[in-house]
Amino acid sequence: MQWETVIGLEIHAQLATASKIFSGSATTFGAEPNTQASLVDLGMPGVLPVLNENAVRMACMFGLAVDAEIGERNVFARKNYFYPDLPKGYQTSQMDHPIVGRGFLDITLEDGTSKRIGITRAHLEEDAGKSLHEDFHGMSGIDLNRAGTPLLEIVSEPDIRSAKEAVAYVKAIHALVRYLGICDGNMAEGSLRCDCNVSVRPKGQAEFGTRAEIKNVNSFRFIEKAINHEVQRQIELIEDGGKVVQETRLYDPNKDETRSMRSKEEANDYRYFPCPDLLPVVIERSFLEELRTQLPELPVQKRERFEREFGLSAYDASVLSASREMADYFEQVNATCGDAKLAANWVMGELSSLLNKDNLDIEQSPVSAGQLGGLILRIKDNTISGKIAKMVFEALAGGEGASADEVIERKGLKQVTDSGAIEAMLDEVLAANAAQVEQYRASDEAKRGKMFGFFVGQAMKASRGKANPQQVNELLKKKLEG
Amino acid sequence: MHRLTLAQIARGLADKAFSAEELTRALLARIAEHDGTLNSFITVTEERALEQARAADARRAAGEQGALLGAPIAHKDLFCTKGVLTTCGSKILHNFVSPYDATVVEKLTAAGAVSLGKLNMDEFAMGSANESSHYGPVKNPWDLSRVPGGSSGGSAAAIAARLLPAATGTDTGGSIRQPAALTGLTGLKPTYGRVSRWGMVAYASSLDQAGPMARSAEDCALLLQAMAGLDPKDSTSVDQPVDDYLAALNQPLAGLRIGLPKEYFGEGLDARIADKVLAVVEVLKTLGATVKDISLPNTRHAIPSYYVIAPAEASSNLSRFDGVRFGYRCENPVDLTDLYKRSRAEGFGDEVKRRIMVGTYALSAGYYDAYYLKAQRIRRLIKNDFVEAFGEVDLILGPTTPNLAWKLGEKNADPVSAYLEDIYTITANLAGIPGLSMPAGFIDGLPVGVQLLAPYFQESRLLNVAHQYQQVTDWHKQAPESF
Amino acid sequence: MALERSEVEKIAHLARLGLDEADLPRTTETLNNILGLIDRMQAVDTTGVEPLAHPLETTQRLRADQVTERNQRDQYQAVAPAVEDGLYLVPKVIE
Repeated sequence: MQWETVIGLEIHAQLATASKIFSGSATTFGAEPNTQASLVDLGMPGVLPVLNENAVRMACMFGLAVDAEIGERNVFARKNYFYPDLPKGYQTSQMDHPIVGRGFLDITLEDGTSKRIGITRAHLEEDAGKSLHEDFHGMSGIDLNRAGTPLLEIVSEPDIRSAKEAVAYVKAIHALVRYLGICDGNMAEGSLRCDCNVSVRPKGQAEFGTRAEIKNVNSFRFIEKAINHEVQRQIELIEDGGKVVQETRLYDPNKDETRSMRSKEEANDYRYFPCPDLLPVVIERSFLEELRTQLPELPVQKRERFEREFGLSAYDASVLSASREMADYFEQVNATCGDAKLAANWVMGELSSLLNKDNLDIEQSPVSAGQLGGLILRIKDNTISGKIAKMVFEALAGGEGASADEVIERKGLKQVTDSGAIEAMLDEVLAANAAQVEQYRASDEAKRGKMFGFFVGQAMKASRGKANPQQVNELLKKKLEG
Repeated sequence: MHRLTLAQIARGLADKAFSAEELTRALLARIAEHDGTLNSFITVTEERALEQARAADARRAAGEQGALLGAPIAHKDLFCTKGVLTTCGSKILHNFVSPYDATVVEKLTAAGAVSLGKLNMDEFAMGSANESSHYGPVKNPWDLSRVPGGSSGGSAAAIAARLLPAATGTDTGGSIRQPAALTGLTGLKPTYGRVSRWGMVAYASSLDQAGPMARSAEDCALLLQAMAGLDPKDSTSVDQPVDDYLAALNQPLAGLRIGLPKEYFGEGLDARIADKVLAVVEVLKTLGATVKDISLPNTRHAIPSYYVIAPAEASSNLSRFDGVRFGYRCENPVDLTDLYKRSRAEGFGDEVKRRIMVGTYALSAGYYDAYYLKAQRIRRLIKNDFVEAFGEVDLILGPTTPNLAWKLGEKNADPVSAYLEDIYTITANLAGIPGLSMPAGFIDGLPVGVQLLAPYFQESRLLNVAHQYQQVTDWHKQAPESF
Repeated sequence: MALERSEVEKIAHLARLGLDEADLPRTTETLNNILGLIDRMQAVDTTGVEPLAHPLETTQRLRADQVTERNQRDQYQAVAPAVEDGLYLVPKVIE
């Protein structure tokens, strides 16, 4: 049977506020346990929440960026359950009236086509703390530093049809929140986490199959693997005559499998009700209009501009706009060298391989955008050849000079274009290869063509690559014709 | 000295008739002498009180003035007090020394009030007899075999017995007004949002409000003046200027329109109490008030609505008492669920557990609409009743309670019978309007209270009317024989 | 709506309240009495009436995004039943 996969994602993005959503505690990652847990975060008796305006602002920015309806009157609700990382015994979240309503995001698939993924809603809520399972005499340790960190939970429609699409969507959300500056996107630190709702159905069937939720997957690679594994598991289960159970599962990257989280199996009854300690949040139209003018250029807009303004291909434009840092780097290279196509080729070519090889982010690039732009300038004005340029690039990457010019100067890589000097050099080369010259002159046209390359190679070698190749060609031809 | 009101104390301190330290010592001695019988205090902070008194005397010597500078008070034990045990009358907080001060405590301390300690109360403010406290029941000074009312029963008994001139209380369904009525005091529940709830351990967040309890309206005005105001730490506290309550006390009552809701004088009301209330109306008429019969048709739905909303909020508010970060923890929990279940079962008393269960049920899947939302709809009907009534009258007047103080233990077997005692007080909490109870006479030696209700933020009107009444009557000056 | 014993057990579990077997009949009866009182609501016609969650119906004030808290762990943990290395200890959390 042919199966179709149906995926909906819930992405939790930690908002990049300085303080927590309901308290004045810092949100810095990695502090000593419980040193960023205030009275409010600890749920001490008698404490009350006060909402962080920046969390509201950031949620609205996201809403505007995905063309969503913004809840002009949104309400916080309590989600009640007992867990040691949840100090108050309830999570303050939003239920019936989320801050961000229905919207969408267009993603680019690998084949360059675009697909629209519906966003059901996005709501504000507080993060929980962490249980540390190191053995404290058979006990767990609770760190509440993370408790109260603002989260935006972004819920997609079940519009996603493959693990690859899911990854493309998460990458697009990741890029978007980073463009907006509302989340640092650091998945390793848990700043962006993903729950995947996965089901399968026979191709052509209208109803959805029963879904399983894979909780807290925290890298692009794991999202793909976890979904693929889960899809396979469900198909095999059904084909063996079994049934998918609606449940929460956990992806284990070490074993590359998902397993049921039995501890969460217990029927949950969260008893949501409006939080009586918080009042409805009213978002003024004027505030939204003001905010709209402050939105940065978003990935989609950037991609379109790159195509339009620089004549880049759709693929190149989408690669270069995939992250704000990449786009900024490219634009800076382009601003320096004034050649968008060369800039795009270098950023996507030499620079990307260098970064890949050393597993670096573009912000950590050993070659700055200014340096790369300067290097491209020297290619354009014929100071160096493309081949020499790669040497200069490597030298810059190795920290051998502050600029392309400095490297070229110091290493004497400047291209020789003085025809007198080239001629003198060629005379030496021909003299040193007199036998070959004789042979060349005795050969027919077809053979000569092959032998010509030998002389060019010898000439370039003699000039250590610096002689202008075009001039070498012309002059050499003339001399051999004799 | 123990018979002085806050206003008299302020004058005495200003005139140097006595020092704050002398006054504090006298009251501490009185507490030591009588509180064994009454059980109104959970904690007496003798040394702190004397330190605060000496500090107040020093401030006064340095030229500072202030109505509460050196005034002895005490706090209901659900106000967090830094460095002092804060129990909420519960075993689950039997060891909770608060790491911070409630805003109310902070404000009163800043005004120079001297806190003598923490007052007994129904566990987590759930009760109307002060019998649900882990620290034992409080006795009514007017008759030691009777309850003082609740949940601010410790505050009421201590003030009525002249151990203190005034105290803080909280009122979620009548917990200031009802004990004030049953012990012959004046107590005010302000408009929801008038006084900060920061540091006041929550029972039902959308109903809870702190207020003053004292022996006169004037003293309530003095205390409320220092307690009220916007608090950035409480999202539900209201940004509205605080009236000058003292200045408002002496306004004449001529032209005051009083409404008597027929629903407050019907079935269930002790007829003798009705007579006392109507006698108050006669006095107010002589002061220039006019009277009108009105109707608050949804009053009888208030109790069921309240007993859904309050327990629902409480069930969530009390989840934080889980034996992890503070408070009581059971011995040797075998696993997490055992830690929760036993810590909470052993730490909470029966009434608290009952309300948590009722609230949990009312919010649970399948019942939310029929219980919680239904109760919230009725809540709006009740509010609408008041809004409409206040279109016709300036003030609503009626009994505070349907019955006199009952015998200790009398209503323990049947919680529902105790719930019904709240009938006249809980509507003010559901609507959020201010209400005041003041003494209106005695029946069989037991105090009777009359309740005044006013539109939002008209605390000054309530205090004004009560004060004017107290200028021409002396019910509020009566003291129980043995005290 | 009268509660069965099993429902009382379910509610107690949701609320994480240990139940004393011996008290169950009494607890169930008391809860049913209270629910009997509450059920009087059902007779009220509330068609078209919006639920009222807050008496004042005002809107939420917002706080500036500033860090105002400093580390006071020692003071806050002084009231904790069990801590080690700055962590609150609980029976092992199984996932």
